Amino acid sequence: MSATRAAVPPRQRATGQARDEIPARRGSTLLRHLAVVLVAGLLLLGLSYAVEPFRNFQLATVAAYLCATAGLTVLTGLNGQLSLGHGALMATGAYTLALSQTAFADRGVTGGWLLPVSLAAAAAVTVCVGAVVGVAAARLRGPYLAGVTLAVAVVVPALTVTFDGVFNGEQGLSVPVEPPPLGLGPYFPYERWQFWIAAAVTLLVLLLLANLVRSRYGRTFRAVRDDEVAARLAGIHVARTQVLAFVVSAATAGLGGALLAVLAQSVSPGAFSLTLSLFLLMAVVIGGLGRLAGAVWGAVLLVALPDLSHSVTEQLALSPAAAQRLEGNLPLAIFGVTLVVVMIVAPGGVQGLLSRLGRALLARRPGRRS
Amino acid sequence: MDRFVFLTLDGLSRGAVYAAFALALVLIWRAARVVNFAQGAMAVAAAYVAYGVSAATGSYWLGFLAALAAGLLFGAVVDRAVMRYVDHASPLNPVIVALGLVLLIQAVLGMVYGSEFRPAGTPFSRGALTVGGLALLSPYDLFVFGAVGVVVAALAWVFARTPVGLRMRAAAFAPEVSRLLGVNVGGMLTLGWALASGVGALAAMLVIPTELGLHPHAMDLVFVSAFTAAVVGGLDSPPGAVVGGLAVGLLLSYVSGYAGSDRTPLAVLVLLLAVLLVRPGGLFATVTARRV
Amino acid sequence: MHRTARGGLAIATSIALLVSAAGCGGDGDGGSGRGSVPGVTDTEIVVGTHMPLTGPASAGYSKIAPATKAYFDFVNANGGVHGRKITYKIMDDGYNPATTQQVVRQLVLQDKVFAILNGLGTPTHSGVLDFLKSNRVPDLFVASGSRTWDQPEKYPSTFGFNPDYTVEGKILANHVKTALPGRKVCFLGQDDDFGRDSLAGVEKVLGAGGVAVKQTYVTSNTNVAPQIGAFKAGGCQVVVLATVPGFTALSIGTAARLDFRPQWVVSNVGADHPTLAKQLGQAAPLLEGLIGANYLPMQNATTDPWIQLFTKVNKEYNGDAPFDGNTVYGMAVGYLFVQVLLAAGKDLTRESVVEAVRRGGYQGPGLAPLRYSTTDHSGYGGQRLTRVTGGVQSYFGPAYETDEGDGAVREYTATTTPPPANGVPTAS
Repeated sequence: MSATRAAVPPRQRATGQARDEIPARRGSTLLRHLAVVLVAGLLLLGLSYAVEPFRNFQLATVAAYLCATAGLTVLTGLNGQLSLGHGALMATGAYTLALSQTAFADRGVTGGWLLPVSLAAAAAVTVCVGAVVGVAAARLRGPYLAGVTLAVAVVVPALTVTFDGVFNGEQGLSVPVEPPPLGLGPYFPYERWQFWIAAAVTLLVLLLLANLVRSRYGRTFRAVRDDEVAARLAGIHVARTQVLAFVVSAATAGLGGALLAVLAQSVSPGAFSLTLSLFLLMAVVIGGLGRLAGAVWGAVLLVALPDLSHSVTEQLALSPAAAQRLEGNLPLAIFGVTLVVVMIVAPGGVQGLLSRLGRALLARRPGRRS
Repeated sequence: MDRFVFLTLDGLSRGAVYAAFALALVLIWRAARVVNFAQGAMAVAAAYVAYGVSAATGSYWLGFLAALAAGLLFGAVVDRAVMRYVDHASPLNPVIVALGLVLLIQAVLGMVYGSEFRPAGTPFSRGALTVGGLALLSPYDLFVFGAVGVVVAALAWVFARTPVGLRMRAAAFAPEVSRLLGVNVGGMLTLGWALASGVGALAAMLVIPTELGLHPHAMDLVFVSAFTAAVVGGLDSPPGAVVGGLAVGLLLSYVSGYAGSDRTPLAVLVLLLAVLLVRPGGLFATVTARRV
Repeated sequence: MHRTARGGLAIATSIALLVSAAGCGGDGDGGSGRGSVPGVTDTEIVVGTHMPLTGPASAGYSKIAPATKAYFDFVNANGGVHGRKITYKIMDDGYNPATTQQVVRQLVLQDKVFAILNGLGTPTHSGVLDFLKSNRVPDLFVASGSRTWDQPEKYPSTFGFNPDYTVEGKILANHVKTALPGRKVCFLGQDDDFGRDSLAGVEKVLGAGGVAVKQTYVTSNTNVAPQIGAFKAGGCQVVVLATVPGFTALSIGTAARLDFRPQWVVSNVGADHPTLAKQLGQAAPLLEGLIGANYLPMQNATTDPWIQLFTKVNKEYNGDAPFDGNTVYGMAVGYLFVQVLLAAGKDLTRESVVEAVRRGGYQGPGLAPLRYSTTDHSGYGGQRLTRVTGGVQSYFGPAYETDEGDGAVREYTATTTPPPANGVPTAS
């Protein structure tokens, strides 16, 4: 029994997601999602002018992480497959983009179309890697899947050292990215341009994922998660569904990694260590597993929490000796405590908490326990 | 040939430690169905206790006992103070809580002890006994084998022969029925955590002197190897943990010796895939996974 | 059904509000007039750095930035530089290049630092070179011996500090060649540019066939017994180590365990005796006879006026933290930066400070020449050898200088000058 248990057991789904699965009415899902994405895009455009460059860069980083967390939440939350290796998939995308952009630059090719081509290449290569891992993953359950994906997370950064002729070892590669188009003016902040790129790609990814989740495929993902035997009896090809979920998730993770490479203008294995994979998983669970909105919160937390806790540390007036000990460690301790407390107080994550609050307010009665 | 013998012995002495640490993971998995990612950090905390006690008393053995006691205590505390309140409905929740504990424990150790490597003493010489010009095992390696062997035998005896062990197994496999039969299921769970954490502390005490030294992150890499070992052997099987640990230790030693130390992660992945694609529940899985 | 839509909008709106609130807060105190130099006012100069303060790579290195800060506090208490006090913002990057990206942008874009000083690590700092270049931020005295920093045409405002690993390899090999002729020489290096550049330097002096057994290690694998076993089997008599301190101690400990006792010749990166002795604990006597290299005064040379100055600063401004090679390093960086600020003059701009470094001619605690010029952005150009005798690491022989090419290893004869009486450099 244990070896076959999926990541989300029956009890939670009965209360949590059943509502989503029965459409209240049939409308054009695509159009509605498109409208939301357009409005969100316009809001973000306005935002990019309202805030200073560093905030733009942080938002761009959030967008890049969001690509990865959104894919991971579809895989783990909706399809019940645990992955500790998404950091490695991000690395795959990042290195593909770096090699592709370098190849263009070496050949003297320039133009606005290069970046989309490289991003597509990053997604394509990661899809291939994801398919290989996914085929293996479809046979494994629970901690065994965790073990293999953990090994993948460790292997991919190590390969950059083994094949340092191509990947330049620990030092990594630099990523040539063209400056913003001149049409935007000579003093257009580079960070705003980076945010635009990242936001555009991420909104597209979210749009596709949102439609996938609502589609027939989304329903088969959930069916396989909830009960493999029942799903098979219903005529669903379980292994194929699991591989598909892994491939979709890998593609978005690859895009997320490629965006990070664009933002950093460099890639190196240290940025895609096992820690990143674990943090991505923490982010989607804290945000609220299985919801795209939860993935948004997770990505925001990944960027905001270290920054916030650093500011808290800075506010404290400390002697040099105490400061040296606390510096760096206190933010980590705060992060750790936050994780533990959130998981105990609100196991549904931030988004679960918000929906509970929202429902309680709508119903005008004290919040129900779920 | 000399090199092969050398690499084999070196791999076995490391593998013994991975086996002990994998055993700790298996114990918690069997008792609570949780992969305890905080095992490494908890074991390092226990090793710091040993460091403090040994420094104060000048005795390695007092520190060693203190580490085991601290390990047992940390396990019980983590279960009673944290894990008990975690919603286990999703198996991911305890994993995330464990990762949160890792951050917290490492940060606190960093604040208290700083990020310097500290020397960890050994009770026996680490100089190898040389036979015919060939460096064989050191007295310390023999101590490692002995300690791990005693722990494995003791655990096997406890679980197979003693009433407490039987109650722990019952509480883990059929909590509802056990409760009806009067078994203190919560208490058994705490005991399971304490035992596992104690074994983890022992593994840390054995391995830290052979690595870079005592450091808040000293067990990070050992955790990855030991988790791999536990998965290879099968998370439900204590003998599997021992075999898996020795296999991973040997593999790492041969690959670094013959192919280069940067290839070891790749070799570990290949081992995992080779084992799990044939037996998706690990080498010693008793439950065959559903065919898909 | 609209819940996802509403949720998305709600999130976007609340983030927008949050961020703009934060953004406004930041803008309020940032605008100190147009045309002004970022991070410089009439009373203050703000500089920043990125260092591993946490994580596995932080051992030892976490002491550097506090030492630099302590020296700045000392200078500030003595009136600062041209009436300006130096504020040093230390950001922890945990040696993770992704975090370095974040914290360096925070320093430059949000905290508006004047310059980045002594950012540590090859993989971490490589990633921000282009960003610093496009924002025209002076990138001074990078804490790594990579040759990447010495590219005046590509990165005109980036300067190194440490002697590069090839220079060091040549000087170590020169000692082996002259003092230990005819021995079988082997090499263990980290599997990155540190190990590669160092090996290149060693082979430039000993010849391509001069190194009998070459091994590498990765920091993610803490078992070096296979490598050391290969040295023993190969009959090595001299082992050159291009290792970080943890792996120096580990290699020496492992060798003793295998009853293998060669002559160790260790890179400056991993040769700090207090660090090694602390890590080896009771096995510290194994370090006896170890040959190392350095280019700054030895922390145990209590009669050295520089060490006397730095000890005093450490006591008064650094909470009397344990005093070791990293402390000396941090303070030496601080001293050089103050020298450069003085040379840049009262009208401090980013251009003037870069120009001041390029003019070169700085003389501080170092035993080897600082090579800064318009065509050379590397740091120290030589080293002096050290030996551990009776548990004390001390210098012996002359200091050497060389280049990273095929130039000869020459003695560097210029004498060092003591620090100014009050410990603060004066404009030259």
